[in-house]
Amino acid sequence: MAANAVLPPPSKRRPVSWGSPLTYALALAVAAVSIAPVVYVIVGGFRTTPQIVADPAGLPDPWVWDNYVRVLTQSDFWGQALNSAVIALGTTLGVVVLGVCAAFVLARYTFRGREALYTFFTLGLLFPAGAAILPLYLMLRDLNLINSYYAVILPQVAFALPLTIVILRPFLAAIPRELEDAAAIDGTGRLGFLWLIVLPLSRPALVTVGILAFVASWNAFLLPLLVLGDVNLHTLPLGVQNFSSQYTSDTAGILAFTSLAMLPALLFFTFAEKQIVGGLQGAVKG
Amino acid sequence: MTASNPTLNPAGGASAPPAGVRPARRRSSSRAAETRRKWYEIIGLTTPAVIVYVMFVLVPMGFAVYYSLFRWRGVGPPTEFVGLDNYVLAFQDPIFLDALRNNAIIVVGSLLIQGPIALGIALLLNRRFRGRTVFRLLVFVPYVLAEVTVGIMWKLILTDGGTVDALLRSLGLGSLVQAWLADLDVVIWTLLIVLTWKYVGFAIILLLAGLSNVPHELTEAAEIDGASWWQIQRHITLPLLGPTIRIWMFLSMIGSLQVFDVIWVTSVPAVRSLGASATMATYMVDNGFFARLWGYGNAVAVILFVISFVAALLFQRFLLRRDIQGAITGRVN
Repeated sequence: MAANAVLPPPSKRRPVSWGSPLTYALALAVAAVSIAPVVYVIVGGFRTTPQIVADPAGLPDPWVWDNYVRVLTQSDFWGQALNSAVIALGTTLGVVVLGVCAAFVLARYTFRGREALYTFFTLGLLFPAGAAILPLYLMLRDLNLINSYYAVILPQVAFALPLTIVILRPFLAAIPRELEDAAAIDGTGRLGFLWLIVLPLSRPALVTVGILAFVASWNAFLLPLLVLGDVNLHTLPLGVQNFSSQYTSDTAGILAFTSLAMLPALLFFTFAEKQIVGGLQGAVKG
Repeated sequence: MTASNPTLNPAGGASAPPAGVRPARRRSSSRAAETRRKWYEIIGLTTPAVIVYVMFVLVPMGFAVYYSLFRWRGVGPPTEFVGLDNYVLAFQDPIFLDALRNNAIIVVGSLLIQGPIALGIALLLNRRFRGRTVFRLLVFVPYVLAEVTVGIMWKLILTDGGTVDALLRSLGLGSLVQAWLADLDVVIWTLLIVLTWKYVGFAIILLLAGLSNVPHELTEAAEIDGASWWQIQRHITLPLLGPTIRIWMFLSMIGSLQVFDVIWVTSVPAVRSLGASATMATYMVDNGFFARLWGYGNAVAVILFVISFVAALLFQRFLLRRDIQGAITGRVN
């Protein structure tokens, strides 16, 4: 160990070893509890309702594809997935664009009232979206926005802004001053600096913020429930809920629909997990 | 959420145009133009965010206070002014009091159950061992799923004679079988377990992020000095994790106060309307939106808001002051 002292950080690339059997036993138990219900739903989608009723905890025998085929061909699954995608992408875009502009000003301009403006935004962290939902509905109704994508996108952007700004500001502020000076010497204004240097450099933070906004929007239920009365605009969470209350006796169908509805979020998260944890490290100072 | 450590935050230094690069004789006039330009940029860049934020976050809450003073079915402008009657009514309704009690159970229960579990799992998954990444992914799965999906999933699993009952019976624990979602005394505890399953992953994500900020040098130095794994966790990791734990507690508390989706989807409306599984948010939507008692619903919204707000302020005042560094409550030294 003493010989290592002169070498560069020895901890960074220590070979990953096998853990103790106890570690694996615990990890396996935790993982099992986490995913058993999910596996149950996915596998249950391959059974028939009579099978499920007869033996709720059994395996498919035989495996039937019919439920999944039925959901994909006869239900509104695709339309609802499309609505969810449009709303989630719109929300993400809005949050990132508005958030980065505001955070850029709060991070790199000095002006009277800057801290007040920041506090004003962070105040939003204390405004629970749930509490505002009734007056929000009334306002959207008066604005004639009910039953449109905007009725979901605009409030979602608004409620995601405080957290976005809180995460982005320190990130943008940490970009070295020298880069801004160098850009100024080259004749680039602050806006050019934002576009050409800040945006590319802060991509990890932007991706984190974007992912958080996307997942929150994709999973949102209460707001769409109230403002999207039109069945053709329903998002997947509304679709799942409707399907399950409409075809109560079709347990296998509900399981298949639920499985398909959770698939996108699972895939998305599998790819983005590292990014989320990495991006939160800046926000959560240990 | 923590903003930034002001001592590390260079925001204050990023300002004033680089005066040195401009010819001295043009400085005074160009500085005025520069200042004006700077303000155009500030206003141009922040206005869209401010407008959306004010319009959809702040204004609705203001309206809620106004509407809550009327008896109003949502048609035409509110005219029947009733003062604080709606608030009085709410606190006289046993169902609303049940909802308050349920929210309290969920707030306290989430903190007491999720905290230790998440800490244990995070410490476990922070150890270096082969396959750790896969385990991390699996543990986060419940958190990523939509609340609705989780609700329907558990509703099916917990139905009478469903999977949970069958499993318990096959293990010889048939006496434990309950009407999980129908028994008025049991349902809130069932829901608490479902909520724990759903949200413990969030605590784990935050704690793992916090753990990765604990300097290797410290734990390695302790290791060299002969400290055991437990001693290192107890005396180094946990104290350094304090801020992360407090932030999680804060977010968990606020989330528990306004919990809606999982409760709404998992529990049966009849059970909810008896108060057994109602929360403030479900009570608000049931009465305000679906029963069209808009004035009353908005009063409940204001109560929900005030409770969350006061809880948040108290929490910050007493526990978060060092972590947030004035991000929300203003200057805290």
